[in-house]
Amino acid sequence: MFDDRSPIYRQIAEQIKQAILTGDLQEEEQVMSTNQYAAFYRINPATAAKAFQELVDEGLLYKRRGIGMFVSPGARERLRSQRRERFFADVVEPMVAEARAIGIPLREVIQWLEQREGEEER
Amino acid sequence: MIERIDIDHLTLRYGDVTALDELSLSMVGGKIYGLLGRNGSGKTSLLSVLASFRKPTSGDVRINGQPVFENQAITSQIAFIRESGDTVEDTEKVESAMRYAAYLRPNWDAEYAARLLERFEVSTKARIGSLSRGKRSALGIVLGLAARAPLTIFDETYLGMDAPSRYAFYDELLNDFMEHPRTFIISTHLIEEVSRLFENVVIIDRGRLVVQDDVETLLSRGNAVTGPADVVDQFVNGYGFTVIGTRQLGRTKSAMVYGQLDPEKRAEARAAGLDLEPLALQDLFVHLTEPRGDQS
Repeated sequence: MFDDRSPIYRQIAEQIKQAILTGDLQEEEQVMSTNQYAAFYRINPATAAKAFQELVDEGLLYKRRGIGMFVSPGARERLRSQRRERFFADVVEPMVAEARAIGIPLREVIQWLEQREGEEER
Repeated sequence: MIERIDIDHLTLRYGDVTALDELSLSMVGGKIYGLLGRNGSGKTSLLSVLASFRKPTSGDVRINGQPVFENQAITSQIAFIRESGDTVEDTEKVESAMRYAAYLRPNWDAEYAARLLERFEVSTKARIGSLSRGKRSALGIVLGLAARAPLTIFDETYLGMDAPSRYAFYDELLNDFMEHPRTFIISTHLIEEVSRLFENVVIIDRGRLVVQDDVETLLSRGNAVTGPADVVDQFVNGYGFTVIGTRQLGRTKSAMVYGQLDPEKRAEARAAGLDLEPLALQDLFVHLTEPRGDQS
C-alpha cells in the first residue's frame, strides 16, 4: 500500500483524503478542479483526473454535472473507519518491528504509552 | 481537429543509414505525447516525416486517415518546431517572424504571442541571428504555442534555456493545452522534468518502437525488487518477469523488472522480505533502450 514513491495521482488522492479527514475539506464542499490541480502540480490533467476518478470510485467524491466535484456526505466517517481498521497493521506493526530491531522491549513501549495516557488524562 | 495519427510500417533511409525501420504506432488526438529515444534513435526523423518535412522511403503516415506527405490541408494544421525554433532568416527581426506566423497560421493568437515574448524576455526588435541559443528556443516556443495548431510538435525545443525558462514553458504548455485542447508531441532528453506533463509516452530505439503506453501504466509496470540475491532471483524468475537491469551490492540484489505487479504478488514479495520501489520514467527509459548488443 505505501510505496516510497507512489504514483502522483495516488499522492493527490491521498492528499484529498487527508484534507477530508482533518476537516479542511467539508462534506458537500467543492473540490478544486482537475485543471487547477494539473496547473498547481504541473501534471497532465488526465493524471489529475485519475486521482479524482479513484475518489469517486471509493464514494468519497461525487460529480455534479457541469459544476464540478464535491465531497460526498459521510466521506469523513468512511475514511475514519477505514483508517481505524488499518491502524494496527499500518502504524503499530511497523513500530513494533522497529522496536525489536533496535532492542527496545515492548514492555518499555507499553510503559511509555501508559505514561502518555496518564498525561492526557490529567 | 486531429482525430488520430496512424504510422504504418514507416521506413526512412538516408543512403545506407536506416533511420526508421518499419515503425508502426497510433495516436489519438487531444493529448500530450512524449517521444523519448536516445541520440540517433530516429526521433527527429519520425517527427520530420510526421510533419511532412520528409518523404518516407516506404510505409505511410496518415492523419485523420489522410496521407500527410504534400497534403496542404493536413500540413497547414501542423506546427513543427525544431531544436532552436528555426523559422525565418537570421537577419530578420523577431517582429517580422511574428508577422510571418500571423500570415501563415490560421489560428495565430498575436496577443498571446506578445505575452509569451514578454514572459520569455525576447525583444521584438532583436534580430533573430543575434539571439542567444536560449532566447532562440524561447522564440520557437512562442511560435509553436501561439500558432494554436491542431498538432504542435516540439522537437527538443529547450536547448540553451535555463531552468526557470523551461518551467515557464511547461506552465504555458499545460495552461494553453487546458484552455485550447489539441495534440502535442514533445521529444525530449529531460525526461524527469517533463514526464508528468505527458499523458502517453512513445519510446523508440534504432528506428523501432520499444514501447508506447500511458505514463501511469508505464510507471506501474516498472519496479525495482530489492533484497537478498537468492530471494530476489526466486521471486523474479518464479513469475517470469522481464528483467531490464540488475545491480548488486554485497548480498543485496536489486532487479529492475518490467511487468504488471498485482496486489497478490506485491504482498508475496513483501512477505518474503523484498522491497518494491517503482522505477522513475528516466530509469525505465535507460534500461529499455540500453545497448544490449542484440535487439531482443
